[in-house]
Order: sequence, then structure tokens, then C-alpha cells
Amino acid sequence: MDMRLNLPGLPDFSFRNPILTASGTFGYGLEFAPYGDLTTLGGIVVKGLSLAPRAGNPMPRIAETPCGMLNAVGLQNSGVESFLRDKLPKLPWRDVPVIANIYACDPAEFAELASILAREQGIAAIEVNISCPNVKEGGILFGQDAQAAARVTEAVKRVAGDKPVIIKLSPNVTDIATIARAVEDAGADMISCINTLSGMGVDIRTRKPLLANIIGGLSGPAIKPVALRCVWQVCRAVTVPVIGIGGITSAEDVLEFMLVGAHAVQVGTANFLRPDFSFRLVNEFTELLNKLGIADLEDYRGSLRT
Amino acid sequence: MTKEQCTVLKVLDNVPFGQVAGEHLFFALRLERPEWTNWLPGQFVMVRPSGWALDMLWARPFSICRVSPRDLVLFFQAVGRGTRRMATLKSGDEVLVWGPLGNGFAMEPDTPTLMLAGGIGIAPFVGYTHHHPKPWNLHMEFGHRMPLNCYPFESINEKIMGDAHHETSREDLAAFIERMDKRIAEYAAQDGLVLACGPTPFLATVQKLALQHGARCQLSLETRMACGVGACLGCVTKVSDDMTASGVAAGRAQVCEHGPVFWAHQVTLEEN
Ligand SMILES: Cc1cc2nc3c(=O)[nH]c(=O)nc-3n(C[C@H](O)[C@H](O)[C@H](O)COP(=O)(O)OP(=O)(O)OC[C@H]3O[C@@H](n4cnc5c(N)ncnc54)[C@H](O)[C@@H]3O)c2cc1C
Ligand SMILES: Cc1cc2nc3c(=O)[nH]c(=O)nc-3n(C[C@H](O)[C@H](O)[C@H](O)COP(=O)(O)O)c2cc1C
Ligand code: FES
Repeated sequence: MDMRLNLPGLPDFSFRNPILTASGTFGYGLEFAPYGDLTTLGGIVVKGLSLAPRAGNPMPRIAETPCGMLNAVGLQNSGVESFLRDKLPKLPWRDVPVIANIYACDPAEFAELASILAREQGIAAIEVNISCPNVKEGGILFGQDAQAAARVTEAVKRVAGDKPVIIKLSPNVTDIATIARAVEDAGADMISCINTLSGMGVDIRTRKPLLANIIGGLSGPAIKPVALRCVWQVCRAVTVPVIGIGGITSAEDVLEFMLVGAHAVQVGTANFLRPDFSFRLVNEFTELLNKLGIADLEDYRGSLRT
Repeated sequence: MTKEQCTVLKVLDNVPFGQVAGEHLFFALRLERPEWTNWLPGQFVMVRPSGWALDMLWARPFSICRVSPRDLVLFFQAVGRGTRRMATLKSGDEVLVWGPLGNGFAMEPDTPTLMLAGGIGIAPFVGYTHHHPKPWNLHMEFGHRMPLNCYPFESINEKIMGDAHHETSREDLAAFIERMDKRIAEYAAQDGLVLACGPTPFLATVQKLALQHGARCQLSLETRMACGVGACLGCVTKVSDDMTASGVAAGRAQVCEHGPVFWAHQVTLEEN
């Protein structure tokens, strides 16, 4: 069965299959190369890149919670130039779409990053993180305010050339559909959602928070119902393709996101269940489609009976 | 270099060691032998029992204690949610294992080498001792709070000379630190190698002494890990600028990928 996914309005762009890996949970892809064939994935979204290297937050910055985890990594990365020089050339980017996930402090800096990436042959698309809860300088604000989100989208779109721009939304808002419409109107080619939910954990014995940053982002199966709701609301609000993210740990989960309207999905925390998780999921998804007799994903997508 | 793999291994047995207040807290978990044979003492594996549901997502990191033609042995202490559940593993159960991961301890067969172990930090030194081509160059100082029979100390002591220090009071601890101070100074004087593994406060003490005496010293760090392969950036430690390993962003290196073993002068220990 051909699972190539053609995106409306983007005739030149396709994922080989709808299963991508989520930013920050799959490193730069290379870390997982010993455990599977990267080119079998639908796409690799790399760890969030910033203009200058960032040291991230102090330790401890991850904690396990029931059915989930908290992280306040704070976007540690060695900067966009170092990624393009040291990592990208080693990735099989001709055979698997490599999507750059970017983070910046203001629209101009977002644009600067995007213009650097727009020139790179090995980059298939740019995913804009306007929703990171773990960085102090207002990261979340872009994602929580429709006008600010639109300004970032416009700034990135203006310089992105023919690279599709994906805007990644935060669930930590009152009305995600409003933000989704705003970024669509501002030119977003795709929307991905959700980023992590704002959360916290404490230790009653040490009387300390589990994370040095006190508050962090919750991810994993614990957030799947929130993610499904968000994707459903966003899919009804916009016409651009939507990539569902949040708590996916099985082929059934992937179909659930498609049922509410997602074109593709990204797998995050489940990559920590085992390093070959995403590779196996691609196979399991094909098997599940066969088992359920779903021959046409386009028919199935968004066919939720309400 | 070794090739990492992710495989399901059967439990051969899970043998309790010693008793603390009538309870077993220490276990030698024997697994079927994985396909990899190339490994370095000090490397570790990520372990996630196949029976775990989604309420516990992460695998747990454990030092490779021994690899024989028949089995892979891990030695663990039941301290929290995960390891307490691992204590109930029985022969025939299946666990997912990926590794061997990390870098391992330096091994210089002709150099006098001092192994400093704190508590469960003894685990990687079992493999180190049994792997070492010239064990007569090895010596161990082992500090422990629980009874000695809780640990695989005998399997080291049968090959080399080791000293065990039971700490039951502040005075015992002070005496142990004094002993380590003296030993580290001796090894520094003969350009020996000092290797340490144990809880972070123990490592901080060793680091301080090693720097004071100018000893060549390696520390095996413990941090919370989610992926074990360098991807999640959850396990980082501050490293000095001269550690220019690729992938080290802004002075913080992943312990799982660039460690767990670091030279004492290259890391800043952080509480975690
Ligand atoms: C490289 C490496 C090698 C290790 N080798 C051994 C070994 O040979 N034998 C052994 O008994 N233990 C070893 N540990 C420690 C062991 O991984 C932890 O004791 C274990 O993860 C605790 O899990 P838990 O669910 O019982 O504890 P919980 O506290 O309930 O678990 C919560 C999370 O915190 C983290 N965590 C808790 N305590 C520690 C700790 N002391 N060190 C690191 N992470 C911790 C774990 O990632 C765990 O997933 C090693 C740790 C590292 C990093
Ligand atoms: C350790 C960690 C690091 C992350 N880093 C990033 C990041 O750099 N950029 C980003 O847009 N999202 C980041 N995320 C969010 C994930 O991409 C994803 O949106 C979220 O975890 C929800 O999906 P999941 O439940 O499948 O993990 C990170 C998540 C985790 C757990
Ligand atoms: S455990 Fe994920 S980077 Fe080390």
C-alpha cells in the first residue's frame, strides 16, 4: 500500500508516510540510526535550533510521572550553524524529509533563522516553535497571543522561500482554534500540535520540585486526550494540513489522530520507550491498516462520526 | 567500537544478595547473553522489563556488571518505583535491553589503578576487575553503608586485594575519606589511575581530593536518563571547554553519550 501523503496546496511536498518523529525526542536522528533505518520514517523533526548556542536549563531537567514525563531542557542546542555543518550532512536527507524546528526570542530573530534554513537543500520544511514552555524570554507568549503568533508566522513566511512553514501550537491557551486561524491567515502551510502541557512535580521527602526549573512541559500518554481534543478543534478551524502530536504510543493512536482530522503525526516521548520505537510503529501502522481494511487514508481522515 | 543493539532478553534468574531489616534490596539480575560481545567495563545498558505498562515510560540505566559466554549480569539496588518492580522479575520473564552504551573506564594494564566504589557503585568494577589483563595492578577501596554481603564484593576480592569500609557513623565516614585521601595521594605520586563510581556526594569528595593531589582520576556519573542515547538532553553535566566532543552544546554534555565516565578535571558535578 502506498502511504505517500500529498499535501493540498503543496504539490511538491510529501511525506513518505504519516509517521514523523517529534522535535526534542529524536535528537538529530543520528542517535537512533543504530536502531533502525531512518529513511523508513515519514520525516525527522530535529531538536529545536536557535541562532546562537544555548546551554539550556540547570539540572535536574527531566522527571518521570505516571504515564508521562516532565521536561525543562530549555532548548539546549549548539546553534543552527553547527547543526548545518556537523549534523545535517550526516543525515540521509535525500531519502527522508528533515524538518528543522526553530526557536527565537522575537520575530526578527525567527526570520533570521528561517532565512538561513531556507537556503539549505537538506531541509525539507521549517517547523516554528512558538510554544515552548521552558524558556524564560517570552517563548510561550508568541503561542498564547493570536496577533504575536501571526507576526512570527508572517516574518518566517516572508523569508522561507519554497520551504513549507509549519507552525507548532501550544495547548496552554484558552482557545487553540483562534490561534490556529490566526497563523493560517498569516500564511502557515501546516500546523502541528500540540507542544507540551505546562506541569509540575514535587518530592514530599526532599521537599524539592522534581525539576530545577520548578515548572516544565508534560508529555507522553498522559496528554493524549488533550492532544486529540486540540487536533480535532484545530482541524475544524483551518484548511491547511495538521500534524497531530501528543502521547502517541501505538498504531491505534495514530489512527485516532487521523480520525479527528490529522494528515500526519509526530511521535515524541514514546521514542524513550525503546530506541527503535518509531521504526516499529511505521510497520505496525501498515499492518493495522491492512487488518482494519483501510485502503484509503484520505477517506478515513476526519471521518469521525459526531 | 561496539555496536549498540535493542533486544529482548529472557531473565535467567534474579538472585537476592544479603538482607536489610529482613528485606532484600540488592539483586544480581542474570539475563540471557545478548548478541554483542564487545563491551567496555564502565559502559551501561538501558533496561525496561517487557511487562511494564505505560505508567512507567522510561527504561532504567544499569552498569554492565559482567558478560560471560552464557549471560549478562546486572547488579542493582531496589530504591524506587522501577527498581522495586525489577526486584520481582523471575526466570523466564522478558526485558528489553539496549546497549552497550557510553564510554567505559580507561584501562591501562601496566598502570597501578585504584578503584574507589561507594555502595552500589561497585557494580561496574566487577566487570573491570574480571576484564583486566593484569589484575595485580588493581586495588579497591569500597565504602558501604549496608552489610557487606549485600554487595558482590567477594567476586572482586577473589581476584585482587580490596578493602571494605563499613560506614555506620560520622566517624566511619571521616575515616574512609581520610583513607581515600592517603590512597589518592599515593597513586598521584606514581602517576597511577584513580577510578570512582558511587553516589554524587561521594564522587564530589573523590573529585576534590583528586584535584588537590593532581591525580589522574575518572568519575562515573549518575543522572536521570530517559533515552540513554544522547537524544533527550535530560542527563547533561557541565563540562570544561577543552572537552570539545561533538554534540556538546554550550558547555553541557550528555552523560549517556559522552560519559558516564569523565575525567575529574573536566566536569562540574551538579545535584540531580
Ligand atoms: C550510567 C548509570 C549506571 C548505573 N548503574 C547502576 C547499577 O549498576 N546498579 C544500580 O543499582 N543502579 C545503577 N544506576 C542507578 C539506577 O539507574 C537508578 O537507581 C534507577 O534508575 C532508579 O530507578 P527507580 O525507578 O527505582 O527510582 P525512582 O527514583 O523511582 O525513579 C525515577 C527516575 O529517576 C532516576 N533515578 C533515580 N535514582 C537514580 C540514581 N541513583 N541514578 C540515576 N538515576 C536515578 C531514574 O532515571 C528513574 O527513572 C546507574 C545509573 C546510571 C546513570
Ligand atoms: C525532552 C523533550 C524535549 C523537547 N524539545 C522540543 C523542542 O526543542 N522543540 C519543540 O518544538 N518541541 C519539543 N518538545 C515537545 C515534543 O516535540 C512534543 O510536542 C511533545 O512532547 C508532545 O508529544 P509526546 O507526548 O508524543 O511526547 C520536547 C519534548 C520532550 C519530551
Ligand atoms: S538520557 Fe537522553 S540524552 Fe542522556
